[in-house]
Amino acid sequence: MKVQVPNPLNFLRGLGFPYTAAATPRGVEPVAQASKLGDFYETEWARSPLAQATRTAALETIGRAVTTAACRPEVRNSDRLDALRGPTIFVANHQSHLDTALLLTTIPKPWRQQLVVAAAADYFFDSRHSAALAAWAYGAVPMERNKVSRRSADRAAALLADGWSLLIFPEGGRSLDGWGLPHKGGAAYLSVKCNIPIVPIHLDGTGRVLRKGSKTLNPQTVVVNIGAPLMPEDDQDARSFAVTIEQAVAELADETSSDWWSARKRARTGQTPSLSGPEQDSWRRDWTSPEHKPRATESRSWPN
Amino acid sequence: MSQQPRSHQPRSTASGKSGSGKSGTGKPAQRRGQQPAAPRPGLVLDVDRSTPPVLLHSGEQFRLERLPAGRSRIIYPPEPLPGLEHPDEAIRDALLNPVDSDPLPAQLFSGMKLTIAFDDISLPLPKMRRPDIRQRVIEAVLDLAADAGVDDIHIIAALALHRRMTEAELRYCLGDRIYDAFAPRGQLYNHDAEDPEGMVMLGETRHGEEVQMSKRAAESDLIIYVNINLVSMDGGWKSTATGLSGYQGIRHHHNVKTMRNTKSFMDQENSELHRSNWRQGDVLKSAGINIFQIETTVNNDLFGDGPLSVLAKREWEWSAKDRATFLGVKTGLDRLPPSSRRRILHSWEAPYALTSVHAGEVEAVHKLTTAEVYKQQLVSVEGQTDIVLYGLPYVGPYNVNSIMNPILVMCLGLGYFFNMYKGKPVVREGGVLIMTHPTTNEFHPVHHPSYIDFFEQVLAETTDPIEIEQRFETSFATDEWYRHLYRTSHAYHGVHPFYMWYWGSHALEHLSQVIIVGGDPATVRRLGFRPASTLADALEMASDVLGPDPSITYVKNPPLGMADVT
Repeated sequence: MKVQVPNPLNFLRGLGFPYTAAATPRGVEPVAQASKLGDFYETEWARSPLAQATRTAALETIGRAVTTAACRPEVRNSDRLDALRGPTIFVANHQSHLDTALLLTTIPKPWRQQLVVAAAADYFFDSRHSAALAAWAYGAVPMERNKVSRRSADRAAALLADGWSLLIFPEGGRSLDGWGLPHKGGAAYLSVKCNIPIVPIHLDGTGRVLRKGSKTLNPQTVVVNIGAPLMPEDDQDARSFAVTIEQAVAELADETSSDWWSARKRARTGQTPSLSGPEQDSWRRDWTSPEHKPRATESRSWPN
Repeated sequence: MSQQPRSHQPRSTASGKSGSGKSGTGKPAQRRGQQPAAPRPGLVLDVDRSTPPVLLHSGEQFRLERLPAGRSRIIYPPEPLPGLEHPDEAIRDALLNPVDSDPLPAQLFSGMKLTIAFDDISLPLPKMRRPDIRQRVIEAVLDLAADAGVDDIHIIAALALHRRMTEAELRYCLGDRIYDAFAPRGQLYNHDAEDPEGMVMLGETRHGEEVQMSKRAAESDLIIYVNINLVSMDGGWKSTATGLSGYQGIRHHHNVKTMRNTKSFMDQENSELHRSNWRQGDVLKSAGINIFQIETTVNNDLFGDGPLSVLAKREWEWSAKDRATFLGVKTGLDRLPPSSRRRILHSWEAPYALTSVHAGEVEAVHKLTTAEVYKQQLVSVEGQTDIVLYGLPYVGPYNVNSIMNPILVMCLGLGYFFNMYKGKPVVREGGVLIMTHPTTNEFHPVHHPSYIDFFEQVLAETTDPIEIEQRFETSFATDEWYRHLYRTSHAYHGVHPFYMWYWGSHALEHLSQVIIVGGDPATVRRLGFRPASTLADALEMASDVLGPDPSITYVKNPPLGMADVT
């Protein structure tokens, strides 16, 4: 015999107002509420010592276990940060939801101990629950990606001034086809404004482990290639510095798929493959996508 | 009793000073990334089947009631106006640039006799968060007086025939700095209208109204009156002519005849009460009394963003948090004993913001002040109604930190709320007034001793204001025991319950019936009203008088709104 379980929501609806919201009467314009979500979500609580401690504990246990099992990360060239001190902006290409967790467990200390992640205000902060989860689990702060937001920029600048480092994905979202998206200027703007170095990072393989839209993990080795810190030149504006950063990530990608020396030579001659792939919209673009091609297996020639 | 045609045509109207007559509620309060929008004016909402149950205060409790669709409307008060950004600067500016008067520093000099009088604890309601406006203003005045070398300063709580304020209440209103500097020297005290040595008669108006005043104030070179204008009844000559007066002066306008010719006492243009006070003001001027009037207004922000903010919101705008808060507060209050409920609610401090301050000549200042009050409170309402409905809250002017006894229930409903109109009463002549309040037979024995006897002795015989006035007033007003309690304890004057009854005499004359929902039956009947256990019962009872399907108007209050009925 089937037992019908009463739905508590239906029960509440039956009780009516004030257990459920009242409909706006006819002829009355509904009030536009001041939003506390999106760019307006307040994340300060997630940087409290207690939240930080629980986040670190969760990342170092569950987070590391999941990323290790799924990605088997291979971190390269972290020695490039040996001379770096103080708050830093980390920028990386973005292919998968795993990218954040992976970087939060692989970015070297001390930066990852005081690190916030710029997360899409319209995606992660569109409801109170997802906003709270993102703020706590990733130390995420909302960042507008579809429009210029002084609030986002000011918040990030204030955090950098407070000694926090920032992880930002300048593509503004995950790649759809494995090829990169054009970089937005936010990271470069913050670097120029706050005089903070940029550390480019290239992730190779996370899109193959968990691509956008997929719910199935395909565990394999992922390379986290850390680049040398970049500082804007004295008279360099944010727009041209953004091009420099995108170029640096492209060079790291080239380095990952070939070797340092070959990549350097191509960079010097302006032949670094573009992150955004071939311009033509044909089968060849998908065929050559980093998401589909087998990972480069040949060992690097020099240095090791 | 003849049945009159239905009195109002349903219409949703955003109204108030900026009301345009269009449907809707005006501008949204706030949009993302923008400055808060202008506060919305009052709203007259026609009730249909989609209208949610509405909140009604019922003393220290709340009720949610669904009003009959198609023949009911709800008057929502306007939203709080923004406060002055720099109140202390505004106060100083008002003192230095007064209206129709010399700047205050020019009127202060060494060796002068200065009296500062201020409104007592009956204003504002509920009490405002510290610092109280009176403290801000009087400190600013004292700064200037100190600069001028004024030594002889008396600060008087102008409470007329109200109860004396306690030390804690004086400290709350004026702050510790003022209290500690003046009270120990005997220079800060409550007005004593029954002090034979302390009162002086200044003459009579052309209508034969005696004008009485505190002797100290009358003998001063300058009286500075510090007022809080919560409603348009307050202020003007009423401040000094009533606040610093005694029974001999007050009885000339606090009587049934005056109140019945006052339509309403919130509308000075049509108020015999005010005309009488203004005549007494003329006598004060003729007697050479020099008054520097400082009047202030506050906005409608009773509940701020705190746990009670839901009470100021329109029901369909209650968020999940608001609804949870309301249910929690209501459930909690319902289960607490009355004394605990009272203690909790009377501890609430409203985050009122100062919206204006004007200083100078009494009448010129008061015109500006009244305009500010109207700006905050007026709601345009078309047509009268057959039944007016009020939810009476836990506090009125005469039960601050006290009990709202049955006579104060009558005064709040039929006096204050009924008179919150301009033009015509919200309810038509011969209509019915329904109010929600428990109306228990409970009195504060210290604050309201004469009320107890009024209830037991006077109302047991008659509820007719004229008969009450003629037969009983003098004996209560001159009773030595009440006089003693008024002067030495914290009791309202013996005549005060009579004034409360007179306050409702215009409504008693205007209405055919008064019904109290949720009121203790025996107590309500003693008042001459009819008890009903539910609103549905009350509407049924009203229909007996008015016929089937009478129109209903619920005036949601507080926050305060004043109907401008056309």
